[in-house]
Parts: sequence; structure tokens; C-alpha cells
Amino acid sequence: MLSIIIAVVASALRLATPLIFASLGGVFSERSGVVNIALEGIMINGAFFSILTTEFTDSPWLGVLVAAIVGILTSLILAFLAVHLKADQVVTGVAINLLSASFTAFLLEIVWHRSGQTDPVENAIRAKPLPLINKIPIIGDLTSQLTPFVYLAILAVIVSYYVLYKTPFGLRVRAVGEHPRAADTVGINVYKIRYICVMISGALAGIAGSALSLGAISLFREGMTAGKGFIALAAMIFGKWHPVGAFLACLFFGFTEAIQIQASTLGLGFIPSEFLQIIPYVATILALAGVVGRAVAPAADGVPYEKGER
Amino acid sequence: MNYVVEMKNITKVFPGVVANDNVNFSVKKGEIHVLLGENGAGKTTLMNILYGLYEPTSGEIYIKGEKVEIKNPNIAIEKGIGMVHQHFMLVEPFTVAENIILGTEPSLYGGLKLDNEKAVEEVNRISNEYGLAVDPNVKIEDISVGMQQRVEILKALYRGADILILDEPTAVLTPQEIEELGVILRNLANQGKSIILITHKLKEVMAMSDRVTVIRRGKIINTLNTKDTSGEELAELMVGRKVNLVVQKEKREAGKSVLEVKDLHALDNRGVPALKGISFEVKAGEIFALAGVDGNGQTELIEVITGLRNAIKGKVLLEGEDITRLKTRKIIEKGVGHIPEDRLKRGLILNHTIAENMILGDHHKEPFSKNGIMNYDIIHEHAKKLIEEFDVRTPSEEVNAKSLSGGNQQKVIIARELNRDPVLLIAAQPTRGLDVGAIEFVHKRLVEQRNRGKAVLLVSLELDEVMALADRIGVIYDGKLVGILSAEEATEKKLGIMMAGGKA
Amino acid sequence: MERDSKLKTFVENIKFPLLAILLSFLIGALFIIWTGNNPLVAYGALLSGSLGGLDRFGQTLLKTTPLIFTGLAVSFAFRCGLFNIGAEGQYVIGALTTVAAGYIFNSIFGDLPRFIFIPLVMLAGALGGALWAAIAGFLKSKLGVHEVITTIMLNYTSIHVSNFFVRTALNPSTLEGTTQKAYTVLLPESARLTQLKEIIPWFGYSSVHTGIFIAIICAIIAYFILFKTTLGYEIRSVGQNSHAAEYGGISVSKNLVLAMIISGMFAGLAGATQVAGLNYKVDMAPISPGYGFTGIAVALVGKNHPLGVLASALLFGILSNGARRMQIEGIPKEVVGIIQGIIIIFIAGERIIKFVSEIRERRNRKCNVEGVN
Repeated sequence: MLSIIIAVVASALRLATPLIFASLGGVFSERSGVVNIALEGIMINGAFFSILTTEFTDSPWLGVLVAAIVGILTSLILAFLAVHLKADQVVTGVAINLLSASFTAFLLEIVWHRSGQTDPVENAIRAKPLPLINKIPIIGDLTSQLTPFVYLAILAVIVSYYVLYKTPFGLRVRAVGEHPRAADTVGINVYKIRYICVMISGALAGIAGSALSLGAISLFREGMTAGKGFIALAAMIFGKWHPVGAFLACLFFGFTEAIQIQASTLGLGFIPSEFLQIIPYVATILALAGVVGRAVAPAADGVPYEKGER
Repeated sequence: MNYVVEMKNITKVFPGVVANDNVNFSVKKGEIHVLLGENGAGKTTLMNILYGLYEPTSGEIYIKGEKVEIKNPNIAIEKGIGMVHQHFMLVEPFTVAENIILGTEPSLYGGLKLDNEKAVEEVNRISNEYGLAVDPNVKIEDISVGMQQRVEILKALYRGADILILDEPTAVLTPQEIEELGVILRNLANQGKSIILITHKLKEVMAMSDRVTVIRRGKIINTLNTKDTSGEELAELMVGRKVNLVVQKEKREAGKSVLEVKDLHALDNRGVPALKGISFEVKAGEIFALAGVDGNGQTELIEVITGLRNAIKGKVLLEGEDITRLKTRKIIEKGVGHIPEDRLKRGLILNHTIAENMILGDHHKEPFSKNGIMNYDIIHEHAKKLIEEFDVRTPSEEVNAKSLSGGNQQKVIIARELNRDPVLLIAAQPTRGLDVGAIEFVHKRLVEQRNRGKAVLLVSLELDEVMALADRIGVIYDGKLVGILSAEEATEKKLGIMMAGGKA
Repeated sequence: MERDSKLKTFVENIKFPLLAILLSFLIGALFIIWTGNNPLVAYGALLSGSLGGLDRFGQTLLKTTPLIFTGLAVSFAFRCGLFNIGAEGQYVIGALTTVAAGYIFNSIFGDLPRFIFIPLVMLAGALGGALWAAIAGFLKSKLGVHEVITTIMLNYTSIHVSNFFVRTALNPSTLEGTTQKAYTVLLPESARLTQLKEIIPWFGYSSVHTGIFIAIICAIIAYFILFKTTLGYEIRSVGQNSHAAEYGGISVSKNLVLAMIISGMFAGLAGATQVAGLNYKVDMAPISPGYGFTGIAVALVGKNHPLGVLASALLFGILSNGARRMQIEGIPKEVVGIIQGIIIIFIAGERIIKFVSEIRERRNRKCNVEGVN
């Protein structure tokens, strides 16, 4: 029984990991006032380019780095349109999602000369037992089933919390998301802050994509994100636009997925799997409706900022 | 001469509008200098240029004798300029201290950690230095408007401002708070700060300033020493001709009661009580004016009467019939016309045509609509007729309301509301932001309505307007009626005391 | 004179979408060159594959049909100020209720005549979509929950709900005692839409069905509702300025819900016609087919005008059908997806054009100044 529980916890953590990166990305972007529906598309790009890089350089960590960079580049489309041109942020996000899905499928065909999925890379980022900790009962068993991505994700949560709530930069980000004009009048460059936040968001979502491919199945498959970007968005809302809240929401969603996968082993086969699958979405709707503590977005979230407006 | 600010030949052109036309403006060290002008005269534009929010189309600026180019607020702050905006630039969920330090944060480890203790310390230090008491640790959303203004001033002082611009600082304050502000500003001036006050209120000019510069339609008219001028002279300079705010109206007997408000209670948007048992009546053939400082429940009162907000207690009667729980549509049908206080927010649908705007509220009734189908031929004819009758300046009824000037937009609303021949007309701030010609038009229509034996409820923040138009004046303070004066007994002084909640 | 000005606004309105489409094809050409192909050949294949012959055009119309519906769904909601990203989910539920209604009515009444049965299943699909959309409508109007998030969440929920019913209640194994299948029972023959090739043989292999006419009629209905009825006036008023609408005695919450319901009906009809005209069943699916998302693009390019939607749905139908022919010519069909994405980006960033011209202007001015000095 204990080994089953450990397996479920480990699986939940693994499943939550891509969500954590992406939803932290969402937190940064939306805290600065830019709605990021494009998380899904950025993840697709991250997933593809990390595999591509690893395939050709045999270095998975370089793959992660490239995923982050491609994530930043993709997010720049959103930043330029949403911040500079005041385009509708949701429409732009939808476009980026469509574009990324087609673009990666296109490259897949060009590089591997086929559609569907790539070959698995040999040198992926896999779970490794940690020295010393390995010897501790339970924790040792658990950690030996976790990839480095999991630790990186937890580190990212702590860093994100610190940056947003303990640094001058974070104070400015939150001010820009709440009342950009007020920030502007004290000399804060609203556009710059939003650009930086959207780029951070892109980097994190790109890494999230690499965690999905490199950190799990070692290959890229078309449609592999399957709405994970939107679950991350849901987690961000469920976590009330707060890094720690988003983290907890991701863990919760990870657990529901892990339980769904292990349902028969756990003797829960009688619960329809679809029921477990809709939990993240329904939970988010309930959170927004105020059933489980009202979630309120930053005041200027999704509102383009016009500098010379009278 | 010891000028701290010199703006020379400033011109600012917005698409289609010259907001500032070759303006020269200068401020001495340690003085309180008022920039006086009507709404839209270009005062705020000029100050936004000084603060680096707009770049001037042409012209030069000197600060303490040094020529500067103020491309953004950062440079303005660096040059010692601080600005308190009309709409406060405060982040509501942040604390007082966080708001004050925002953008110039004290930090540790080279900017890696916010130094909260230092922030609170600094705020306490300057608040003591200038005698502006605040609690650094409370959130903005939890403090009063007067206190928020204090935070705004501290924000500027924290940045080392010695030139302080305040944009319409008294609009949201009670007379007592205005007096306090006067004392604060005088203290600051005595400590060597130079203060620029933007306002259109003559009384404050006379009470607070050393010098005054009058601006009209983007041009500087004159700069005077306050002690050498009078309110009448300034008024004339401001509007460009002798003002005749005395509206011609015959005395007439009021008829039976049309609107009765009884012990009305209601909450505002945040769920805080805004109306706390207000009662009054408006009779046929009279203009009943409700005077008061903004934010004392006027908005909520009108919304309750017109069905846009629910009352939690009390009654609204129209010609004896209870309309408290009726929907807006029914209330309109009962004969209530409503010129809303914010014409852009409530009064017009800017992207609809004038014709479509002219039927808003009557759109579901014949002849405009029959069995759920609109008759656009009739709707256009109707609009043409009203455009002619109310002299709306527009190329046609098919242009969007957005393209009209403020005065013409207001005419569209008035045409629509009066065309319904309402037994009760509610006019909320009907002349806000209009030029003198349009103001006279609106006043004439309101008096006409009264003379035809209809009831008019006028809600206005402008005491001059209230005193010129009203037959009876009620004063609202903190959601309650302080008292009612007849036009004969009302004086500015009495009303002023009542507006602050005192008994006349 | 009046006609002149109308023509002018019309040109003004379509100028930008046309430019966006043109630019997107130019950028698409770069991708085609990247694959080592000739863009002219590729676009030739795209056009001949979608318009060359009545059979191919029929197939294009088949692809166009659901896009008209979802485009109408998105644009109708948009007129009320609602961003319905959920046409996708409403489509899925609409398809499901169509199959369910087909089975239920058939088992109660036996073989119904087509002129009764077809409207019945269409109505069922429309109601299914409407119900799903109404959830987001109610949450928006009663609790102020933003419809973008709820409709996204409902999209994913709908897939799992659909899969659940496909796997259980509507599975042939449950209803007809066969082995477990990955799809539902089939829609009865007399509930199916007629394929045009049955009437006009020249449509050849294409499966275009009478759903296309239902779609066109719906566009006309949408136009009529929006611009000729009192309901349309109220919906547009709420969409432009809900505060002013409220002031004019228009119930904002009622219209929000109504607009969402009508929008959902259109999306539901997309599912209904797809089931009754083409698939005759609903399959288990890991993800939804994407008509709702393309519907957003269709609505944007069509400027949220029902008649514009007809034109832009045809464009997207051409793209998606022509892609097959391009694939045969050895050009990855994903190029079409890239073009679609870029079109939306251009439309969303309408100011890109303005931005570019501003930069040019600034540069010119700079040059002039330097010239003077």
C-alpha cells in the first residue's frame, strides 16, 4: 500500500510540474496586466524545441535553455501586440496557440519527414535517485521517482514569490497590474514592466513545455499539451494570481490526474475517469463564481495601457 | 527675478484641437499660484506638459533658470516637480507607505530586497516634517478621500518635490477639508515650496492664492496678484465676457407633489450605506435643487429613483404611486426623464448613431418598434425632427454620437428626455464640462420645463447653478438631507455650512 | 450620394481584412519556399483543390458549413460584448444531443417522416449548445464571472462529458447490445440531411449536404435579429455600453444570457449539422475538432457581421480543403494553419499597419530635419 501511495504522490508531482512552471508564467504576465491565453501555444513550442535541440546536441539541459528562449521569443509576439499595439490580448493568445501548433507540426515534417511524433531522444531528463537522501526510507523512494524538473519547479515557486512580494521590482509589477497610470506618474515604465513580465511568462511556459516532453516521454507528439496550458491558467486563477496559491492548485490538479491514472490500483475504478478529468475545470469555474472563496483578478488585467490618453 | 518655473511659448496640438496656444506661464519660489480656467480651457494639459506626461508640440521650459526637456515624469521628479492628480494615482490594495515609495523604493542588497522598515521610517519622517499625519501601514482602500489626498502630497514630497502641482484638489473635499488643505498648502509655501493650483473655482482662488493666471481656450489671458483683483474680474476674464448667471424666471406657485422620497436607505457599490434615510418632495412647476459635495449620496439617490439601484428601506412615490421596486423601463414609462450625471457612461451609446441614441428608453414602443421589429424609417425621421428642434450641430442623424462635441451630445440627451414630456425631469450635473453657450441652453430648457408645470429635480455640485435655478434648495450630506431652504433665504454662506453637515 | 457613402463604408470595412489576408499569404509563401517548393504552385494547388470543379467546391462547402455556424456564434455574442471562446464546447454538446435526440425520438415514435425528424434533431442540437452556453451566460450576468475563462473551462469539460456519454449511455453496447465501441449509436436514416450529390450528381465524391443552406439561412436570421429587431437593438446597446443600456431601461443580464443562448444555438447547430449531414455519430475524442477556435478567426475576419462571416467562412473552408491538395503536391498542410494564425494576428493587431506607417513617418521627418541641418 505504501508503495502505491508513494507512486501516486510521485506521479502527482511529476504531472504537476509542467503546470507549475506554466501557471507561474501566467502569474507574472497577469500580475502585470497582460492576460496570457497563449501559455498553451508557448508550451507546445517549448516541448518541440527542447526535443529538437536535444536530438541534435545530445544535451538535454541545452534543450531546456532553448525551450526557455523560444518561449521568450513567442511571448514577444504577445508582448508586442498586446502592450505596444493594444491588440485584444485574448485574440492574440488564440492566434499564438493556433500558430504554434501548426508551426511545430510543420517543423516536425521538415526535420523528421513525418507527422504525428518525433523519435524519442536518448538523453532525456529522467528521474534519478539522489545520493544520501536515497537512503532515507519513504523519502528516498519518493525522490528516486522524481525528475530534476520537480525540484526546479519548487525552486521557481519560491523565487517567484520572493520576486513579486519582496523586491522593488515585484512592487512595481503589482502596481502596473493594478493601476498602470499611477505607476506611470511616478516614473515607472509601464511598457517595460509588461514586456519583462510577458517575457518571464514565456520563459517559464517554454520550460513547462520541455518538462512535458524532455522530462516525461522523451519525445514530441503533436497535440501533446492537450489543454495543459489552459489547466495552468485555471490553476493560476484557482490560486488567486499568487505564486504559492497557483502552486497548490497545480498540486491539486496533479493529484486528481494521478488518481485518475492509478484509479484501478487504488480501488477507485468505479469513479468514471471523465469525472476526475473535469475537476480542474469545474473547480476553476466554482472558484470564479465565489463558491470556494472568490478569485479576483488584478484590476487592470487585460486592459491595454495608453500612455498619452486624456 | 526668482522664478522656479518658466514655461515659454508652449503650444500643444492634439488631433483636431489646439489645447495650448503659445502659452507663457511662470511661478515664483514660495508662492501659491492658481491656474484658473473653465473646463477644457487647457489648464491640465499645460500642467501635464510640465510634469512630462505630454510632450509640447513647441516651446521651452526652464526650471530654476535651467532649460530642461521634460520627456517623462522621471525627469520632472528629478527636477523637483511633484503632481497631485485630480483622480488620485494610488494603488488601492497597497499600503500608504508602499504607495509613497513606489518607483523610488528603499532597498537592500542592491535592489534585491524591498526595505519595508526604512520605507515606514521615511514616511513617518516626512509626515512629521510637514505636519501631515498618516498611518503608513493601512491600505489605501480603507482610508478617507481627504487622507488619500494627503498621501498624494506626501508622495510628491518624498520624491523631494519643491514645485507642487495640484489638479482640482478641492472637488472631492468638504468645505472643512478644503480649509485644512489651505492651511497645509500655506505651511508648505512658507517652507519654500512653490505650489501650482489648478481650479475653476473662484472662491478658492481668492482664499488660497498669492497670484493667479487665467487661461481661456488654450491661451493665457492675464496673470494678476490675488490681492489686487476680485472674484468678479476673474470670472469675466475666465469666460471672456460679463457672466450673467442670473437666469430669467418668473415667480410661480408650485403645484401638487410629483415626487416624494420617504426615509430612503441604499448601499453604494462597495456595500457601504450611501443613503441613510433621506426624505424630500418635488412639486409640479418647481425646480428643486439638491446641493452638496460630490460623493454624499447624490449618485445613489438618482439611481434608486430611476430604478438603477435597489433601495434597502424607504419609499419613492411618483404622483402618489409607489415606484420603489419598479424596473427602470417601467419608471421611464411612468414619465420620468433623466439627464444622467455622466453622459458618456450612461447617457449615450457612443458607437450608435444619433438616431439610435434618440430612441434609447423608448426603443421598444410604437412607433419605433412593433411586434419586436424596429422601424428605422420612422426612427430616422424622429431624429431629424429633434435635431432641428434642439439645434444639434451634426452633419446627419446617421453619424455616431462619438463624433459630436460635448455640448451637442448633451443636446441629444436633453432632446430625447424632454421629447417624452416627462412629469418629472431629473437633471444631474447637466452642465458639467459644457461651454457657456451650452450652459445657457440647458438652463433655459430646465426653466421652460418648470414653467410648463413639470417637476424638475436638479442635482448639481455648482452652488452658482443651484442658486440661479432653484425654487427650493435641499442640501445633502452623508446620505441625509441637512435641510431645505427657499431660493430667497439661501445664501452661499448658509449653503456652505450645510454642505459640511452643519445646521444653517 | 447615399449609396456612395454606403459603398465607401463597405470598402473601408473590408479593406483591412483583405490586406491582412494578402500579407498572411505572402508570409505563408516564405514557409513554402523554406520547404523547397514554389509558392505559386502551392497556392495553385490550394485553389484548384478547393475550387477546381463542382466536386471539389462541394467539399469546400462541406468544410465551410460548420465554420459559418461557429463564426456566427462568436460574432453574435461579440455584438453583446461577450467573447464566446466556448463555441468549441457548445459544438461538442450540440453534436451529442443531436445523436441522443435521434435515438430517443426514434425509439419512442418509431420511424418519423424526415420533414419532422430533421427539424427535431436540429432543434435538439441547438438546445444542447444553448444550454452549454447558458452556463457561461448566467455566471456572467448573475455573478460577473468573465466569460472567457468559463467558456475555456467548459470547452474541456464538454469533451469529457461527451466521452462519458459516448462510452456509456449512448454506446451501441448499452443501447443495442453490441460490443463496446468508440462511438455512439448511429443517427437514424430519416434524421439525416440530404447530400447534394443525391440531387445534383455533378457534386461527385463530395459529401456536402443541405446543412450549408441551414447555415446560410442562419446568417440571414442573425443579421435580421441584430439589425432589424428590438432584441438586436438591445443586444447591441448592451454590447456597446451596458451602463447606458441599463439607463435606457434595457435589462443587461437578460440580454447577456439571451445573446449567449442564441450564440450557443448557432454553435450547437454546427454540431447538429455535422452529425446529421456527415458523421451520423459522435466519436470518442481526446480533443475537440477546433471549429470553435477557427470560428473566432472567421468572426474576426468577417468583422462580426453575419454576412461578413459567410464570406470569411468560405475563405477558411477554401484554406482547409485546399490544404489536402497541397499535401498531395508534397507541401506540408500545416502551412495553411500557419497562414490562419497569421491572419488572426494581423487582424488582432489592426494597428500594426498604423504602427508601420508611423515609423515611416517619423523616419521621414528625421530625414527632413537632418536635411535642413
